[in-house]
This record gives sequence, C-alpha cells and structure tokens, in this order.
Amino acid sequence: MKVEEKLAINAFKTDNESHITINQKICRTKCTVRYCIAVCPGHLYSYNEENNEMVVEFAGCLECGTCKIACLDGAITWVYPKGDFGVQYRYG
Amino acid sequence: MEKIDVVIVGAGLSGLACAYKLAEKDMQVIVVERGDFPGSKNVTGGRLYIMPIEKMAGDMLEGAPFERKIVRERWSLLGDENSLGIDLTSEKFRKENHSFSILRATFDRWLADKLMEKGVFVIPKYRVDDLRWENGMVVGVKAGEEEIYAHVVVAADGVLSFMGEKAGLRPKMSPQNYAIGIKEIIELPEQKINDRFNVETGEGVAHLFLGDVTKGLFGGGFLYTNKESVSLGVVVGIKALMESKQNIEAHTLMDMFKNRYELRTLIQDGSVSEYSAHVIPEGGFNGISKLYGNGILLTGDAAGFALNMGVTVRGMEFAMASGIVAAETIIQAKEANDFSEKSLACYETKLKETFVLKDLETCKAMPAFLDNESFFTFYPKCFSDLVEKIMWFDEGPKAGIGKTAWNHMRSSGMIGWKRLMELYRIKNL
Repeated sequence: MKVEEKLAINAFKTDNESHITINQKICRTKCTVRYCIAVCPGHLYSYNEENNEMVVEFAGCLECGTCKIACLDGAITWVYPKGDFGVQYRYG
Repeated sequence: MEKIDVVIVGAGLSGLACAYKLAEKDMQVIVVERGDFPGSKNVTGGRLYIMPIEKMAGDMLEGAPFERKIVRERWSLLGDENSLGIDLTSEKFRKENHSFSILRATFDRWLADKLMEKGVFVIPKYRVDDLRWENGMVVGVKAGEEEIYAHVVVAADGVLSFMGEKAGLRPKMSPQNYAIGIKEIIELPEQKINDRFNVETGEGVAHLFLGDVTKGLFGGGFLYTNKESVSLGVVVGIKALMESKQNIEAHTLMDMFKNRYELRTLIQDGSVSEYSAHVIPEGGFNGISKLYGNGILLTGDAAGFALNMGVTVRGMEFAMASGIVAAETIIQAKEANDFSEKSLACYETKLKETFVLKDLETCKAMPAFLDNESFFTFYPKCFSDLVEKIMWFDEGPKAGIGKTAWNHMRSSGMIGWKRLMELYRIKNL
C-alpha cells in the first residue's frame, strides 16, 4: 500500500495557507543532505530539480514535527495549522 | 484585565488530568485545544499503565473507555529472515488491572466530556500563538486576536511544546533526543483478534519487535490489540534515520514490517483505517526541560516525561501524573497567592516524590545504553540464527547441540569483550 493511499484514508481539513514555510535559499545553497525527504512519514517533501526548489505537500501533513527537528540548517519554519485545520485523527 | 486561575494549553492527558484536579478544588480553569476535539491531534502506541496513577487519579479513570486489558507480553527479535520470540502469559496480569490499550481520539474525548460535566470549559479548534507577559511573569495566552489571562499557564502542549519554547524553558530540539513513531490502525473483527492473538474477550496483547524492523537503526516495532483493531507501528530514532547510510525513507519501514511473515498472518484481511505519526521524547532523565517558570508549568511530553525502558515504553501515565502534581502545585500557589517561579518550584520537588522523576532518574543511563547498534542488528540476528541452527535437521548427521551453539556464539562474535562489557553495563540500568 502506497503512502499516498494511506494518507487518503485520513481525515484532513486543508487550509489555503501552508503551515510549513521553506526558505528556498537555504535549501539551494546551504543544505546538502535533504533530511526532510527521508524523515517525513507522509513522504511529503520532494526536490523539484527543474525549478530548483524544495516542495512540500502540506495538505497531507501528519503534524508530527519530525522535519522541523531534522532540518539542522533551519530552512523549515513549522507551526501548527490554525485551529479547525489539519489532520483530524479518529483513532489516534 | 480579569484573570482566571489557570489556562491549560492542550487537552491531552496531562492537561486534562491537571484540569480535573483543579476543578475538584473549584478553581477557574479553561483548557484550550487546537484539534476539532480532544484527542484528535494525539497519537499513542499504545498502552496506559494504570497502577502507578490509580491512587492519585481518584475517580478520574472510572468508566474509562479502555480497549483491552493487556494480559500477554510478547517480544520478538527479528533477523533478516527469521525471528525469535518470548511470550509471557500470567494469571497475575489477567486478574489485576495492570495496563490497558487505548486509542486517544476516544480516550481523551471521554475524559474531556467528563470534565465538562464538572463545569470546566474545554475549547476546541483553538490554536494558541503566543504567551502574554507582564513584568517577567507569564500571565496568559494569545490566540489570533483573542487573549486569555490567568495566574498560571500550564503548557500541556505536547512533545513540540511551542509554549515551553516561548517561555525559554526548553532548548532547541536535537534529533538525538527524539524518535518518530509511525502507526497504522488495522481493523479486524473482535473474535478474530481473540483467536489470532490467543486471548479471551476483553483481553489483549502488547508485542514489541527489535531488529530488522528498523533495518538496524535505533528503534523497534510495536503491536497493541484494541477491541476491534490493532495498533501497528514502527519507532525510529530521528538522528539514526538522518545518519543512516542506507538512505532509508521512514515511511518505507512500515510496509517492510507489515510484509514480514510474522506480521502478515496476524493482520491478514484487516483494513487500514488510519495512518498517523508523532514524535516521541527519547532523552529520558537528561532530556527533561526546565519544568517551571514565572507563572508557567510544563507537563507531560512538553516537559519530556517519557521513558523508554528497552522492554517497554511509558509516557501516558507520566503525563497524567505530572498534570495531577501540577494541579496540586497550583492549588498551593493560590493559597499563598504567589505564582512566581520560586513558588512553583515545589512542582519539581513534588514530582521527585512520585514515580515520574524517580523512574526517569532510575533509568537515566538507558538512552546511552540503547544507543548501540548491537541491539538493533547483532543480537536479534544472532539469537534467531542460533535457534534456527539448533532446530534444523537435514539429511546429514546432526552436529551436537552444545557444539553447534558454541561454534555459533564464537563465530558470530557472541563471545568476546564487547558482549561482556555490554552485559557488565546492565548493572547501571
């Protein structure tokens, strides 16, 4: 079962605005490791080589915060989604 | 500005337990929660050990929606293509109320409802953005344009505790001190769970896995039976994952785990109904943050109250106990009408008298001891291979069992200084 399919089972309430902001300059010039791609349990980070930028599909965020901890260069600014938004666990 | 007694950020177990005890003393309390309902942003493995908190909780847990009483404890060491297990059954575990599997969306919501019946406001969909300060004291919280002022703010806002950070009580989170837990809820009929896990109705299993589940990285797998589902997951150290030379992506561990023979038969025909993830504190005693400041207390995961004991992991009873102790502290502070850091310092003193800080301190050498790849590669493989060799009978003459064991232990490196040192170090745990 693909991780995208698993995320599709969850209940999400998606905000128009992302709760994750990425400083692309740091991703381009400073970061050589891209830990965010490996650590995210939702597999939401990918690097778009064409546009030379890090992309995050914030709508599928499980709100664990692992990327925030793993981004040692400080490119990721991560806050909780606003009240009324984000993942809503029905089991937890 | 009008102040209430206490505002609690986060309607998880520590926040709710704290509010419950404050409400018993008729304190004015508001609990704010960013999720749609309490529990909707929470994830547990998981099980709750109730004996440590039974006395201090009073009637708090009466009527709690437990999933199953855990009566079997299983551990499996996973080699690449074999595994070796231990399965504890005990009439003692069956007779006593020792530990229960729970689901947070059900459990926390139930506890919050019980609180609201006591007249406590639990406000959902409320994300706190910042603290309010006055003369160096925390005096409330701010959410958008709204503000709530209180004598004490309880930061019960979980492992990422933005409030603890804003209060300057928590250092920057280091990958070494945290793990990521990834979990699936797999639904199965109640009777099928009873049959597959060899338990009676209402009874359940806790099963931990070590070894190939994390491909040798710090961490392990877990399975807890719920009433009509199993909670199946993988925990892996964030630092270990970052430094992994195999370029493992966290989400792939889950599927590799599920595809193992040992798991396939247990979850066959089950349907996945949720995929969740949460960060877990792994720093133990040395990972605890500063617990109090002027007008603020940290509880539960926000304070770092979680304990990986190797053979089991504990957190929720630590959360509830710390919430209860925080409430006692606040009640005293109100009597003295002093909410300063100095007055709230007895929170730590009180916690030292409970299992919360006692058990964490007892196990303070555990994180360093477990930070050893031997436990995640060498031992699981070595023991499984040993038993596999002993139990294998083919056309050739069978070598003596003792000799087989001895040769395996020598060639695998089971006998040597490194192992002896690891054995010697268990005396510190």
